Amino acid sequence: MSAVAAHFSYWVTLFLMIAGLYILIARGNLMKKLIGLGVFQTSVYLLYIAPGKLVGGTAPIVAAGFTTYSNPLPHVLILTAIVVGVATLALGLAITVRIREAYGTIEEDEILERDRTGER
Amino acid sequence: MVEHLPALQVVLPLVAAPLIVLARSPRFAWLATTAVSYACLVIAALLATRVATLGAFSYALGSWAPPWGIEYRVDALSAFVLVAVALTASFVAPYARRSIAAELDADRQYLMYAMYCLCLAGLLGITVTGDAFNLFVFLEISSLASYVLIALGRRRQALVAAFQYMLMGTVGATFYVIGVGLLYLVTGTLNLADLAERLRGVEDLRPVLAALAFITVGIGLKLALFPLHQWLPNAYAYAPSMATAFLAATATKVSVYVLLRFYFTVFDPAALFDRLPTRETFLALSVAAMILASLVAVFEREVKRLFAWSSVAQIGYITLGIGLENHAGLTGSIAHLLNHGVTKGAIFLLLGGVALRSGAASISVGSLAGLGRRMPLTAFGLVIAGLSLIGVPGTAGFVTKWFLILGAIEREAWWVVGAILASSLIAVAYVWRLVEAAYLRAGQGTRREAPAGMLAAGLAMAGLCVYFGFFTSINVAGASDAASFLLRGAR
Repeated sequence: MSAVAAHFSYWVTLFLMIAGLYILIARGNLMKKLIGLGVFQTSVYLLYIAPGKLVGGTAPIVAAGFTTYSNPLPHVLILTAIVVGVATLALGLAITVRIREAYGTIEEDEILERDRTGER
Repeated sequence: MVEHLPALQVVLPLVAAPLIVLARSPRFAWLATTAVSYACLVIAALLATRVATLGAFSYALGSWAPPWGIEYRVDALSAFVLVAVALTASFVAPYARRSIAAELDADRQYLMYAMYCLCLAGLLGITVTGDAFNLFVFLEISSLASYVLIALGRRRQALVAAFQYMLMGTVGATFYVIGVGLLYLVTGTLNLADLAERLRGVEDLRPVLAALAFITVGIGLKLALFPLHQWLPNAYAYAPSMATAFLAATATKVSVYVLLRFYFTVFDPAALFDRLPTRETFLALSVAAMILASLVAVFEREVKRLFAWSSVAQIGYITLGIGLENHAGLTGSIAHLLNHGVTKGAIFLLLGGVALRSGAASISVGSLAGLGRRMPLTAFGLVIAGLSLIGVPGTAGFVTKWFLILGAIEREAWWVVGAILASSLIAVAYVWRLVEAAYLRAGQGTRREAPAGMLAAGLAMAGLCVYFGFFTSINVAGASDAASFLLRGAR
């Protein structure tokens, strides 16, 4: 039990990571795949951010009375990663809209079926 | 001036992209793209010369000293890959004008050029950066741009192919970030050279091994390492001609470069190859790709997809050298980054001309009938590049296979030698299908070559296949330097 409590943030990260990847693989709906992708990417943000935080640590600004500082670098990295994630999601949604216009569906098996039969 | 070149060659295409979007004129877009591509080739050549004479050098971005600031590092390996990417770009850019005009609506053409410039910036950035997280950002810049390039294809299947590639590519990039995150948690640094130093002695820690696994699978997805290649055939088959040629010649190659960089300069090769089954894994996967993907190509009906499967097989040759892990094998691998780039680049550039003249959205092997009469120069170029794909002596492909076989003999891995020969024979089978259709079957239509600009670019690249087969001062000498650099270990 204590192992779970002490590493709570890691367990949450792992759960989100696996859940996201599972949705991405198991669901045929393109929108749900994108949701899975989003959850998967978000779990990585946690993987970086959580270890950067020290209990009692402050922002890394030298000032009287503070000796413990949190590591700011993971936040900066993840800001960048969030931008990349937003761009990916935006592109994914845009392609989904175009697929819906071209096929009339966003279900993966129906799309493959319509490609096979050549139906609009 | 010279010391700023590493940054300049990433900045040029990166700045060109928004300018192209602002200008919205296809003509300006093409001029800017071509100018940037040639400038990058000149810069890459200057950097390569400097590395060859003075050795590796580093550039502190914004004058922040590494490992705190981001470092751009040019060494024998990155200089070689820079030249390979920029060389392809300088053939694709002049080709693009007619090809894009024929395949895209006028109001969308500038977007294609902008995406191409972003993709180029990303690929050059990956190659030149010495920072693991910066590498991820460039990886995603180039990947996001290439998803759009593929989605701009004429048929609706291009959208699905781009979507699938996007899902797998993003999972790959995220795996890479997880791996880098774990390494950062262990070492507290993101600078590749610094990482290498701090990882010595802790290679067997579980987070480091997990990081190795995540990075291998993540980059494996990006480089289409068998069996992570499922996104590739559709993406290449449905993308616009110019995008297929550019991506086939550069994108997967740059990902191989990332893998080489991590395996030989970040992780300790001794630990990686002696205590883990890395060698066996890479040999098995590479041989599977070489044989199985080639077999699929033999039975494929559509020409672009046939060559896409052939690309999966050829990537097998490139990763084979990692499994052989000796100087000859790595020389073959690294030389093949360039050799296969010019070979596949030539094929897809010429096929773009065939598609333009036939007017059909896809080219089946059957529709090539009589191509030798209709488009004699194009067909001739295709045959030359096809011979290089097989590895006939006197072509670039032969040079690669020669070094790979030397490397396999040195390891006494006779079954690998057999696999290289078998895979070459299968390549004869699928290239022969094209030759048979083009020259031995009667076709209809009058003689009409592809537009001069497109034909010239394709033939020039096919010419390079022969040039690199005879004059190996660029490909083999460069690759040999890079292989020595890798086997010396980090730095």
